[in-house]
Amino acid sequence: MTDAHDGYYGRPIVKEPVWRPEIPYYLFTGGLAGASSVLHGAARLAGNERLAKSALYVGAAADIISPVLLISDLGRPERFLNMFRVFKVTSPMSVGSWTLGVSGGASTTAAVLELLGKLPRVKALAEIASIAAGPPLATYTGALLANTAIPVWSEARDELPWLFGASAVASAGAAAALVTPPGLAGPARRAAVGGVLAELGLMKAMQSRLGFVGEVYGQDQAGRYAKISKACTAVGAGLLALRGRRSRPVALTASAFILAGELALRWSVFKAGFQSARDPRYTVIPQKERTALRQRGPCPPNAP
Amino acid sequence: MSTVAPASYGAEAKPRMGFFTDTSVCIGCKACEVACKEWNLVPADGADWLGHSYDNTGQLDANTWRHVAFIEQDKPLRLDAGDFATADAEPEPLRWLMESDVCKHCTHAGCLDVCPTGALFRTEFGTVVVQEDVCNGCGYCVPACPFGVLDKRHLPRRPEDAPLALPMFGKKEDGRVWKCTLCYDRLKGGHEPACAKACPTDSIQFGEIDELRERAEQRLAKLEAERWNAPRLYGHDPGDGVGGFGAFFLLLDEPEVYGLPPDPVVPTAHLPRLWKQTALAAGALVVGVVAALVGGAE
Repeated sequence: MTDAHDGYYGRPIVKEPVWRPEIPYYLFTGGLAGASSVLHGAARLAGNERLAKSALYVGAAADIISPVLLISDLGRPERFLNMFRVFKVTSPMSVGSWTLGVSGGASTTAAVLELLGKLPRVKALAEIASIAAGPPLATYTGALLANTAIPVWSEARDELPWLFGASAVASAGAAAALVTPPGLAGPARRAAVGGVLAELGLMKAMQSRLGFVGEVYGQDQAGRYAKISKACTAVGAGLLALRGRRSRPVALTASAFILAGELALRWSVFKAGFQSARDPRYTVIPQKERTALRQRGPCPPNAP
Repeated sequence: MSTVAPASYGAEAKPRMGFFTDTSVCIGCKACEVACKEWNLVPADGADWLGHSYDNTGQLDANTWRHVAFIEQDKPLRLDAGDFATADAEPEPLRWLMESDVCKHCTHAGCLDVCPTGALFRTEFGTVVVQEDVCNGCGYCVPACPFGVLDKRHLPRRPEDAPLALPMFGKKEDGRVWKCTLCYDRLKGGHEPACAKACPTDSIQFGEIDELRERAEQRLAKLEAERWNAPRLYGHDPGDGVGGFGAFFLLLDEPEVYGLPPDPVVPTAHLPRLWKQTALAAGALVVGVVAALVGGAE
């Protein structure tokens, strides 16, 4: 006998996303690009030119890879320019396309001019544009996933932008620490370790608040990626905090661990969405509870 | 006359048109599925035997815009013996539910809200349609639909749609999303949609939404008076999470039994709060990174 909540022959009610591996890789590179731009700006202000350059180049590289991944995922890549037919605030993908367009153009321009050492005023303008586009670029992907009918994403609307923001900071810090001499990479290490700590806390908070719907983070691929992510980021952040200043090889290893962990985090969230869509119980049960609550009225404060 | 066509249509706006699908008279003939495929040139996507009663279609997707669900139940259709009542007659112990599912053409349509290209638009009839010459196959509408209606077409491209000659970008599949258009072309010509035209029992009724809502209320009252088992309207209420469906239903059990969400809500209903969280997180990110710079280069 099937459960009443299995619905129609256990078939999914909402569709699984049709996005392919390009998308979780983009969630990672987009976050890396956005947070690197911010790190670049902050390092410039603080007068740490070496770190600023590192973050600028990392950000530009991630900004160049990101649209390639996104266009490759389109069903009609030749129509990618249709993303710029309209601007719609109701579509996080539309907002994100424009943000990535600005960020990509600006940080690539700034990085090329930095390399060539030419046109300092144009470079400064490009830097300002890329720094301004960075924070939304690093966080909008959380809104993109949460603005769907996929239970484990939409119910996490209060956490996903924060989780992806923290993950972006950790990635940017680790990537900059990878390509900067340890003596000048202190801020990058602190950003990486702080980002990891925030992300681990947010992930835990998200899972516990999601309750039943969040159990997919302990199952199958989402569960495996979540475990890998936790292990890698914890080891990487620990190493970086304790020995990252003294030893370059340790700093390199630790940064690589953190980057791998952040990539695994994006994969875990991505896969959780598929698992959540596949089982109709995640769609039906919360909705039934909602309607029951509406019919009953709110619980009295002392109800069990 | 109720209309949900955007104000920019001006005098071209028409009354809102839709479907009332009354499952109590559906006989599961699938004429709607066939008529839809034929009129809209929806390609064949293989024949699978699913073993789910008489349903071998399975779901709405890019290549199925009407889908007839079949549910066999150990429940009586009516709470009395119905038309054949005699003094000692018992209710029939079994019932076979059939329902022709379709795109709901929501008042607040998630697919339309999230489409980044403007390929999805609202017509002068208040219906929601994908422009096949604009859609770039980003796939955002697919998980944004609370009913799982939209899907990407993975069948090969038509010869006239040559793919790009580039390794990562040269997709050989159609790659766009497709769904019910409520026969936009037929509506423009003053005809009813193909499925409604083909339905032999008027289970699928097409018309102005106001009139359909009235008719549905009357039908529900009749079934209740006749002691049918658990009839209810689904999607007729403009106060629900998607602002009411343009294509709504009379069902004989809970929506989830038919594979429909019991309380659908358009994802963008939460978007103001979501954007606020995104902005706060972006601000916190800047503060965090700046704080990391405090304490010097080491």
